Amino acid sequence: MQVFMQVSYIGLCACCFMCLYRIGRGPSAPDRTVAIDILGVIVIGFCGLLALTTGQDFYLNVALAWALLSFIGTIALAKFLEGRSFDE
Amino acid sequence: MSDAIGYILIALGVLFNIFGCIGLVRFPDVYNRLQASTKCVTLGTVLLLVGVAVANGTGAMAAKAIICAVFVLVTSPTAAHAIAKGAYASGVPLWEGTIVDKYAEQAKPQKP
Repeated sequence: MQVFMQVSYIGLCACCFMCLYRIGRGPSAPDRTVAIDILGVIVIGFCGLLALTTGQDFYLNVALAWALLSFIGTIALAKFLEGRSFDE
Repeated sequence: MSDAIGYILIALGVLFNIFGCIGLVRFPDVYNRLQASTKCVTLGTVLLLVGVAVANGTGAMAAKAIICAVFVLVTSPTAAHAIAKGAYASGVPLWEGTIVDKYAEQAKPQKP
């Protein structure tokens, strides 16, 4: 079971590095926004896996707060891309 | 038994995450990347969190994992929709192999 958890962590780390590649390389601003959104969702899964491995449930509080902040940030970036102001 | 089901769900979730991120790297266009990555990664993370809930199985931790899964399932497609609209409005060109643009066809008759 130890090996299974290690393989899962390595897979999620590979996902994070692919997202970082797209953030650095992406030719336009929406590419980077998509990659930031996906990176946030993957970090939520990472927090869930950490909670299962360590048996401490505050990692799931971290995941919930991260989900809220990532959603709000993505919506703000999308409105900024659309060319409207934030209070519209 | 429930441990085994939970670990199978976690393995499926990690696989879906990896496939979605390969799509994010390999596809040629913003819209293709959104289409590939958002759905795969949403399903993968929801499966992973449900797997955590099933494998742990007791009380507060499972409830929090389920709440987190429902929240991701609601918010992630909304964010993807907003990004797609923003990308189209900011004038990102479509891939040159694209054969149809339904959004422009729908938006045109409303303009005059």
